[in-house]
Amino acid sequence: MRTGADFAEIFAEDRRSASAILDDGRVEEVVSGRDRGAGVRVVAGDTTGFAHTADLSAVGLAAAADAAAAAARRGGGGTQTVGVSALQNPRRLEVRIPPEEVSKDRKVALLTAADAAARSAGGAITQVSARYGDGRRRILVADSEGLFTSDDQVRTLFSVSCVATGDTGMQTGRESAGRTVGFELFDLYDVEQMARRAADRALTKLTAQPAPSGTMPVVVGPGGGGVLFHEACGHGLEADLVAKSASVFAGRIGETVAAPMVTLVDDGTMAGEWGHYGIDDEGKPAARNVLISGGVLTDYMWDRLRARKEGRASSGNGRRQSYQHLPMVRMTNTFIDNGDADPDDIVADTSHGVYVAQLGGGQVNTATGDFVFGMTEAYLIENGRITAPIREGNLIGNGPDVLTRIDALGNDFAMGSPGTCGKDGQGVPVGDGTPTLRVTALTVGGTAA
Amino acid sequence: MTGPSLLEIAERVVGRAGVGIDVEAFAAHEQETEIRAYQGEVESLTVATSVGIGVRVVRDGRQGFAYAAALDEETVRETFDEALDNSRFGSVDEFAGVAEPDGVEPASLDLYRSELVDLPTADKVALALELEQATLAADPRVTGVESADYADSVYEAAVATSRGVAASARETGCYLAAYSLASDADETQTGFGFSVGRHPGELSAETAGTDAADRATRLLGAAKAPSRRLTVVLDPYVTARLLGIVGATLSGDAVLKGRSLFADRMHEAVGAPSLTLVDDATDPEAFTASAIDAEGLATRRVPLICDGVLQAFLYDTYTARRAGVSSTGSAVRGGFKGTPGVGAHALRLTPGDRSQTEIVSDIDDGLLVQGVTGLHSGVNAVSGDFSVGAEGLRIRDGETAEPIREVTIASTIQRLLMDVLEVGSDLEWLPMSAAGVTLAIADVTMSGT
Repeated sequence: MRTGADFAEIFAEDRRSASAILDDGRVEEVVSGRDRGAGVRVVAGDTTGFAHTADLSAVGLAAAADAAAAAARRGGGGTQTVGVSALQNPRRLEVRIPPEEVSKDRKVALLTAADAAARSAGGAITQVSARYGDGRRRILVADSEGLFTSDDQVRTLFSVSCVATGDTGMQTGRESAGRTVGFELFDLYDVEQMARRAADRALTKLTAQPAPSGTMPVVVGPGGGGVLFHEACGHGLEADLVAKSASVFAGRIGETVAAPMVTLVDDGTMAGEWGHYGIDDEGKPAARNVLISGGVLTDYMWDRLRARKEGRASSGNGRRQSYQHLPMVRMTNTFIDNGDADPDDIVADTSHGVYVAQLGGGQVNTATGDFVFGMTEAYLIENGRITAPIREGNLIGNGPDVLTRIDALGNDFAMGSPGTCGKDGQGVPVGDGTPTLRVTALTVGGTAA
Repeated sequence: MTGPSLLEIAERVVGRAGVGIDVEAFAAHEQETEIRAYQGEVESLTVATSVGIGVRVVRDGRQGFAYAAALDEETVRETFDEALDNSRFGSVDEFAGVAEPDGVEPASLDLYRSELVDLPTADKVALALELEQATLAADPRVTGVESADYADSVYEAAVATSRGVAASARETGCYLAAYSLASDADETQTGFGFSVGRHPGELSAETAGTDAADRATRLLGAAKAPSRRLTVVLDPYVTARLLGIVGATLSGDAVLKGRSLFADRMHEAVGAPSLTLVDDATDPEAFTASAIDAEGLATRRVPLICDGVLQAFLYDTYTARRAGVSSTGSAVRGGFKGTPGVGAHALRLTPGDRSQTEIVSDIDDGLLVQGVTGLHSGVNAVSGDFSVGAEGLRIRDGETAEPIREVTIASTIQRLLMDVLEVGSDLEWLPMSAAGVTLAIADVTMSGT
């Protein structure tokens, strides 16, 4: 390490991925990829210098280190030797069936099975696409504080999308499953059943009416509400945004920010979940962090840089898309624990509103707290009963308002669909989960009066 | 670069094609600098070089693909072998293949500026710092800058196919982007501003900073509004994002696979008579200008909608063969890691005669939409459902009035195009594959309280 720098780190990554795509009845693409490289980070004062290289030779790494140090504007000077302990190798994440040992034939067979199952749902299913993907990501982190550690992460993903065509035009339905596991994913998920669910979603929407327009009670089904919390407050609890006063939750530790029944946890240790890992991309072990307890804001999520400034430990939330990116504060698996209400009672107790069975992602402005999330399968609630399907659209709310307007939590906790969270141009895998929940007032962005 | 050129590397791969095997090699090299300023200091500075190759093989009508983030001979050979192996698992498709020369000369575009390549990093740092300063100085209510970034790229790519395509292109590009925080009492609003160019001499920190400050300060005091139907006036940036969605519905791939709203509408009126939409990557003013497409064919001017009437779809080699037409030079790809697909390169609406202020002056009851969220979660390009979060200024009696936030605007893609009232005169190219221009659209549902 060049003298003058406060901190230096090397992050090396070797990623192998395989995917296969079926569309329009044909296996269109079978793809293999390999990415390998290292990112060097040098911190001097408040400035971070970063360089990355795909050249993992001593010369390539030295060049990247020089570039990073120069970027931190403290280049030159002598060299400081850092004692690095033996490689601390946490347990390799459990993988029963390494995907690279599974033949491509078997992966492709999953696609054709899903295609057939979806098309058997009826003639109104006019198009089907299915995607299989697996990836193995081996990372190694060493830094000037003596850390030397590694992780081996395997993820497997499968998704099916259908188009149904009727008198009202076309509608789409999607179903996906992804876990931080190997090919044993398919012991848990039956791709034909997934395909039928995707087809049913599309078929149901053929009779959907335009979504209502205006503010009303919204019940979100089990699993789906995770996206709501991810957007309504998750991003706002990331310490890098908090430090720049770009979060409505800045300076509110210890305050009541949500209904008393709400306990929000971000937990990277949940084995098998999509946002799981052994260590984060700064070498810190994944952790279970309680962010909101009984409605009270207890902590933010931290990466190394932000934690150092505050004189505290990282919470294991420093993540990056790849060796080509700087780490920043990111969520892992974010969830709300079970409440005690019977989900059927929550619906029965709602005289009119919207029931959202499947969500399709969202977006938040952390500085104002305004957030949207999409509904890809939703129904009207009329007189305490789930009735007609409605067409797709966004819902909009304000995080701090919505958190206090949660008035019912079910006892049917489930994790939601695997997601990719985007922040500052970087995508990382995240999971989320909730039981059935009700928000007393949210704005539904449809067109019907 | 030293050593063989990208085109030489690509041609060497293609030379491995045997009898009955078609090969396409796409090689790319990119150098990037990214600088983020914060509170008068460099918060981070990233310098990076990335290289890679994607190899597509078609044997007996079956396609395989592989990529690697390296260009050394051994890796390139392994990548070819892997793509060849992958082709065993693809479905037979009589239309699968690689591009062959079609006699269209690539436009002569000069998109490379040595001024950018030669500029010392210190001068780029100065631009980022100047941007932060300009944003803060633009208005006393600007209390912080969440991010003030300078970014540039020097990009070079080459494509070769066993059918005789051999093309390469290089370009430079850079931008400044600021994200401001404006505060009044305990309320915070945000706004972005940017400036783009082929070299840093074309950038204006003043413009980007002032825009970011204006967008944030004019929203101070914003509130939710009652739901109603009204005319929306889209800011140029919002229009550009809408065009991106429209472009996707006009892809030959979507048309052939039954996913396009407009599949059966050729030569019919799909938009208001004032609507003329062209995709033209040969326009050197476009940020995404390029003389060749992702398969190495010449890009060309494609009039998609003329005076509201649908005139053309976009095709790459595969979809053109399948549809029995010629490629429109519309192959796109997300770098060397992906196979080529169909997409718009540089969409633009033919501008009208009047400024945004003049257009607003005719509207009694409307909303000037300055920003939208949730385009990925509330818009379905297959069904046409369109619902997005919006913020902006209310329009009353021909003038902009109070700021509005936390509402959605909703319609369908089909109706939005038909309901266009007027296209503004303020065409500007933005850092995306569409140009911005003010667009007035009638009868859109705003959902609020």
